[in-house]
Amino acid sequence: MRKLHVLALTLVTLVALTAAACGGDEEPEDAAPATQATVAEPDPCAKDQLNLVTPGQLTIGTDNPAFPPWFQDAEGAPWDPTTEPTKQGYEAAVAYAVAAELGFSDGEVAWTVVPFDNAFRPGPKDFDFDINQVSYTEERDGAVDFSDSYYDVQQAIVTLKNSEYANATTLTEFDGAKLGVPVGTTSFDVIESTIQPGEDPAVFNTLNDAVNALKNRQVDGIVVDLPTSFFITAVQVPKGKIVGQVPSETQEYFGLVFEEGNSLRDCVNEALAALRENGTLDQIEQEWITDKANAPVLG
Amino acid sequence: MRASGTSGGRSILIALASTVLFAVVVVLVVSNAPGWPEVQRQFFNGGLFRESLGVIPEAFFLNVRIFLIAEVVILVFALVLAILRSLEGPVFFPLRALAIVYADFFRGIPTILVIYMLGFGAPALQISGIPRDPLFWGVVALVLVYSAYVSEVYRAGIESVHPSQAAAARSLGLSRAQALRFVILPQAVRRVMPPLLNDFIGLQKDTALVALLGPVEAFRQSQIEVAANFNYTPYLVTALLFVLLTIPLARLTDWLVARERRSRLALGAAR
Amino acid sequence: MTDALRVEALRKSFNGTEVLKGIDLILAEHEVVCLIGASGSGKSTLLRCVNLTEPVTSGRILVEGEEITSPRVDANRVRRNIGIVFQAFNLFPHMTVLENITLAPRKVLGKPKAAAEGEALELLDRFGLADKAEEYPDRLSGGQQQRAAIVRALAMRPRLMLLDEVTSALDPELVGEVLGVIRELAESGMTMLIATHEMSFAREIANRVCFLDAGVILEEGPPEEIFSAPANPRTQEFLRRIIEAGRL
Repeated sequence: MRKLHVLALTLVTLVALTAAACGGDEEPEDAAPATQATVAEPDPCAKDQLNLVTPGQLTIGTDNPAFPPWFQDAEGAPWDPTTEPTKQGYEAAVAYAVAAELGFSDGEVAWTVVPFDNAFRPGPKDFDFDINQVSYTEERDGAVDFSDSYYDVQQAIVTLKNSEYANATTLTEFDGAKLGVPVGTTSFDVIESTIQPGEDPAVFNTLNDAVNALKNRQVDGIVVDLPTSFFITAVQVPKGKIVGQVPSETQEYFGLVFEEGNSLRDCVNEALAALRENGTLDQIEQEWITDKANAPVLG
Repeated sequence: MRASGTSGGRSILIALASTVLFAVVVVLVVSNAPGWPEVQRQFFNGGLFRESLGVIPEAFFLNVRIFLIAEVVILVFALVLAILRSLEGPVFFPLRALAIVYADFFRGIPTILVIYMLGFGAPALQISGIPRDPLFWGVVALVLVYSAYVSEVYRAGIESVHPSQAAAARSLGLSRAQALRFVILPQAVRRVMPPLLNDFIGLQKDTALVALLGPVEAFRQSQIEVAANFNYTPYLVTALLFVLLTIPLARLTDWLVARERRSRLALGAAR
Repeated sequence: MTDALRVEALRKSFNGTEVLKGIDLILAEHEVVCLIGASGSGKSTLLRCVNLTEPVTSGRILVEGEEITSPRVDANRVRRNIGIVFQAFNLFPHMTVLENITLAPRKVLGKPKAAAEGEALELLDRFGLADKAEEYPDRLSGGQQQRAAIVRALAMRPRLMLLDEVTSALDPELVGEVLGVIRELAESGMTMLIATHEMSFAREIANRVCFLDAGVILEEGPPEEIFSAPANPRTQEFLRRIIEAGRL
């Protein structure tokens, strides 16, 4: 009889668990629609119509630390999103410009730390969009939604000034070079598909580690996006040199990352289009990303 | 009194039934969870799984090479440390102290730190003659750390051999070194094979840490795939590879333990 | 003729407790001396001091005229010539019987493997263990293991054999085969110092019997004298208890 009791108890517990699991149907709540004064159809991109994580606030995600020239603090050093917000840096400026376009004041913008891997994890996001030099690829588009380009990116190769590869003008001269990249960047694909040095690339957890390896001459060069390469040679590795830009058939671009199916994306695209048209994006680029012309394109 | 045969059969049936029931309920709970479709897409994507199978195993060979080389060196170096620790007499005190400090330090310090400090720090000194190869330093770091653990395992093994064995060996005229080499160590090593293999299995997984220095091993390769596709399924492939490697070793360990127990019981009985 | 073994005023303390309180003992060549006495009287300690397993606190031990307690002596060399067999057989469990026996001759004396094995098999055959040569110790009975342990000690061709209660751990029916081995050794002229509880055996093979009590040799003499007419009251007391226990 005792065995029957145990079995019955187990059954009851399991059924209860099943019921609880099936009953949990929590969908993330959309922003409450505001009251409308007019009878006409409301503008889906009006500030109060937007699909936001926290109503009335634009929550933007980026990594920690956020590097120049994308973000920088008052001293020009990498920025920590958990500290006071900054408007300095290309991505910072773009983010606030988009926010303004959408109708948010500076005070209505909030920042949150989103490590790279978290940008695409399943489940509801805790940001409205993520801005972190994320390149659009078709594969990635399957898991998240991208905005249109907010920066057309070129990849560049950085070596030490006294490296045997420092004066290369063509990609074939990199035969046998050991190149390094931070993980998760499209720079890795660029090495494999375009540069093709014949040596396996070295992949590092962070940009800092890749830069360290360059300084230690553990790699012959690193491949990063062009703006980052300026920061590296100007600040982190004064003995470094930008050898040149890597040509590519398709134009790579950075997009803002949204949760799949988020209607906010379309509104942001509208905002970006407006900023492009009225020259704001160019202006921001002039201010934060300089000397683009001084890096020759490798043959 | 019930005959044990029937009650034994019935408890097996109940055990089987409740296990199946439990499994069914788990499956039901998980697959009915509201987030399941997205989780399935992000973690269990069949197409990406197959794709990763074409890329990750190759990177896994690097892990295999690393732990094969490291393990051989560790087994030798740790033995040296254990022997240093067992030397008796005041004249050997500095060596004993060195072995103790070594074991304490390298068991205390996180492996990641050792890898970083050696892998990036040593080449940064720019002393000519010091290798810059990150793979070299990664293996060195693993060897330094794991030898500390393994030397303690050896020490336990040596101390578990009854002192009468050493007494018998010395009484035959064998020197201390000969007694250690022919009588104590063979017995000690046989006894600690299970914990030695345990440490070896741990080492296999820690080979992924070498990726911090640049070499693309299985975990890093799966990280690259994950970032390129914004999908975590490649991690599953790597996890599977590691587990498949561990299972034969775990069974080997079980077999060795069983064999050791059998022979020791027999020896004890023949008094 | 030099004495095979000479113990002079031997004292041994462990952590401040004195276990041997001045032992004087002489063994002539080919003599068989049995040590009898209660547990804790110091028999094992004496034997372990003789083979340098234990360092002595004071006193001298001379083996064939050489003072082995001198600090400059190579203990390993001394131990080659003294065979000792313990109560617990202490065969090496990871080696076959043959390997157990040939280990020291090969590694210490440098004998080539074939020669060492040949001699080992001869000894095993002499003591009825030839068929056990390739077995591991855990497959042998207690008596066989002890006989193998004796053969292992003999393989080094010692000049002196020390036996420490070698039958005490054996089942009674296995004791006889081991005693037979010892008897044969004695008859072949081996100098032996034997600590034992087997009183009838001692009476049979000993040239002399020493009664050890609380760290000193209270009485010694030929077995007929000690067993039949002991002079010392403590000896008498000890033997009376033995007889009452039915062991004599």
